[in-house]
Amino acid sequence: MNITLNIWRQIDSQDKGKFVEYKLDNVSSEMTFLEMLDSLNDKLIREGKDPIAYDSDCREGICGMCGLYINGRPNGPQKGVTTCQLSMSVFKDGEKIIVEPWRSKAFPVIKDLIVDRTAFDKLIQAGGFISVNTGAAPEANAIPIKKEKAERAFDAGICIGCGTCVATCKNASAMLFVSAKVSQFALLPQGQVEAKERVQKMIKAMDELGFGNCTNTGACEAECPKEISLSNIAHLNREFYKAKVK
Amino acid sequence: MVTLNSKIPEGPLADKWNNHKASVRLVSPANKKKLDIIVVGAGAAGASAAASLAELGYNVKVFVYQDSSRRAHSIASQGGINATKNYKNDADSDYRLFYDMIKGGDFRAREANVYRLAEVSNNTIDQFVAQGVPFAREYSGYLANRSFGGVQVSRTFYAQGQTGQQCTLAAYQALMRQIKAGKAQMFSRRFLLDLIVINGKARGIIVRNLVSGEIERHSAHAVVFATGGFGTVYYLSTLAINSNGSASMAAYRKGAFMANPSMAQIHPTCIPVLNDYQSKLTLMSESLRNDGRVWVPKEKNEKRHPNDIPEEERDYYLERRYPAFGNLVPRDVASRAAKERCDAGYGVGDTGLSVYLDFRDAIRNQGKDVIADKYGNLFDLYTKVTGINPYIEPMRIYPASHYTMGGLWVDYNLMTSIPGLYAIGEANFSDHGANRLGASSLLQCAGDGYFILPVTIGNYLADDIRTPRISTDEPEFEKAEKEAKEKLNRLLSINGHQTVTSFHKRLGHIMWQYSGMRRNEKGLQKALQLVDELKEEFWKDVKVPGEMNELNQELEKAFRVADFFDLAHLIITDALHRKESCGAHFREEYQTEDGEPLRNDKDFMYVAAWEYTGENSPPKLNKEELSFKYVKVTKRSYK
Repeated sequence: MNITLNIWRQIDSQDKGKFVEYKLDNVSSEMTFLEMLDSLNDKLIREGKDPIAYDSDCREGICGMCGLYINGRPNGPQKGVTTCQLSMSVFKDGEKIIVEPWRSKAFPVIKDLIVDRTAFDKLIQAGGFISVNTGAAPEANAIPIKKEKAERAFDAGICIGCGTCVATCKNASAMLFVSAKVSQFALLPQGQVEAKERVQKMIKAMDELGFGNCTNTGACEAECPKEISLSNIAHLNREFYKAKVK
Repeated sequence: MVTLNSKIPEGPLADKWNNHKASVRLVSPANKKKLDIIVVGAGAAGASAAASLAELGYNVKVFVYQDSSRRAHSIASQGGINATKNYKNDADSDYRLFYDMIKGGDFRAREANVYRLAEVSNNTIDQFVAQGVPFAREYSGYLANRSFGGVQVSRTFYAQGQTGQQCTLAAYQALMRQIKAGKAQMFSRRFLLDLIVINGKARGIIVRNLVSGEIERHSAHAVVFATGGFGTVYYLSTLAINSNGSASMAAYRKGAFMANPSMAQIHPTCIPVLNDYQSKLTLMSESLRNDGRVWVPKEKNEKRHPNDIPEEERDYYLERRYPAFGNLVPRDVASRAAKERCDAGYGVGDTGLSVYLDFRDAIRNQGKDVIADKYGNLFDLYTKVTGINPYIEPMRIYPASHYTMGGLWVDYNLMTSIPGLYAIGEANFSDHGANRLGASSLLQCAGDGYFILPVTIGNYLADDIRTPRISTDEPEFEKAEKEAKEKLNRLLSINGHQTVTSFHKRLGHIMWQYSGMRRNEKGLQKALQLVDELKEEFWKDVKVPGEMNELNQELEKAFRVADFFDLAHLIITDALHRKESCGAHFREEYQTEDGEPLRNDKDFMYVAAWEYTGENSPPKLNKEELSFKYVKVTKRSYK
């Protein structure tokens, strides 16, 4: 198929940036979206033009490094996929595709489609851990954990930190990201000791880092490539109030 | 030839590590504060090491090429992590894990290192559980286990098919905690260009800031490489597309020996190559072979849908050839067997280059819910890539480049042949011999990072407590920075006609065809010539756009691919010299009548440690002889 791409180009964080149109012929529906961009870059390089900068690493939906706004939706129109898993088969011949970076105050653009997500690392630094030094751990089976609870903790723990939730949120809130980590640890006995401090510190850091507040729209859950549940936010709210009254 | 001193402690196998811990020199807490350690790469090995070293009180500087260390490719490890808890009461023990790994590695790993890994395995599970890793549990609330290839006990701990993600994030979070505490510093989006050796000791690194393009100097009292494997030398692999061998090659050029570089694991269960545009291959965890049955049709050119082929017309070739282990034979065996069937014309799919992995019987016997519980997210991943639902019809799989058992030579302390330079995790060579068993890679990363390196590095640094912070104005930094800049400028100035990726693809084809699952003298000789020709062509005709002082992804790629040529040359040289078949290294000239590998213990029971002798000059072979005192060296059979 032949497609027309409107891609955001921005030289560096200071540049204003603009959309540039590219035409690409003979795109196979078997390509992934990033392989299509690879082939566009191949063409640009051969033509002596500046290739487009975008992040990706594992290309199997687990590292969270990729992530683009495609036709107004994070990671494009397919549900439950990262950008690297998006298939070109969802697009039609002659289609115009608009490609943008994540846009939010906490994730400034570095170049073209690449953004700086170190704010996520800072959120984890604020409290997204259990403070156990190497060597201090008790025997693994000392504390039985209900299978169902361990599974719910796993479902929250599979967040890949890609930033889709922030990018899609009208408030640019990191609530789904933060709540997944708070929830994972709140569900496990190991996480109880620091539960109160954790939720308070992570919420405070979220405000300080320029993320917005949560107004329960649910776009984050709808667009999350790992389909992390909104119920984690409810869980976080419970933990937050619990921490306040205690 | 240099005599390699592996520094294995005295005493019986089971006492070596304890004896060593009791005798290593210590650095006092007050002195640890004065010592700097650089850690390059922060996946499961690097992050666990960096966090543990920072907890001990050292000043730790961490360098990763991604935007965050949570992206490191350990995150993609799927099936599990081994430990000898013996929760299943199936007679597991440290010795048995040790024995399985030694045999699985086809008697080409170092006994003392492997036994130590088995000894620390239980601590790693304890540590991860305490850090909040949501491992799978039984209804009782106690931890669940499953089996992996090449073993007959159930010792693998898992979190669905995302065990690596959960363990890597636990280590990442421990590191983030130390960053907040001010004991560790993170330098993300940095790429290692060179290692600094001053007076024979590793004292720093040169990196390129990938955002600004600036070249930076960083010094330390010791340097740790946790830079992973280099399976991307085959272009298509299960690795992240930016995984590379540049750090290992930088160390090699500075005098670190490269051990058994040809020992590269081709993983049997990956989603097959679908088209020419493909940029990577996706792994389907080995754990699937617990319940999935591998087969091809008994007739060539079978056109029927797999579900329409009756039982008696299916060839379950692993169960047929290896009745004792069946579908759970080790990876090298399963990969070769798949290739054998496909080469003989029984392969399935459009290309004929794939085999079926079928869950029909497992779903019939255990129910769909049980199978979904064990492998649900892997089935979903398969469906996303291929559009096929494995609950209804069999998966199609084929081997792909996955893991490198070979790597930087290290002694028992995980120190390379450059004093003060350590290599941990997949970056070193020591624990997996000629073939790695499933679920032992995460174990090695965590074992090295949490429990082994923090002990052994102190022994070395005890000599350095009076050494002040290393200055980055030393002439060695000056020289290395100048050379790195020259190399980058040279890449930018060629301005030829072909893209970097096109060279990488061609290199991958050569490696896959001549230095992959089956190798022979003639093919390897040819490959050596082709790689050298391609390298020459690259340095004449590659086109790298843009500038040095900017974010320039093509320049990053070009630097990595330039190193891949030299690495490929080294891999082929090693494969040529090893005139035997062992583990993943299968030389067609050395096989039994029924096509099994024929090892030559008389001439090749050693680690080949290659020494750099200069650009365009052949590497020098050093040998670390292996002796097996605690296992009987036997023919490795899974029949």
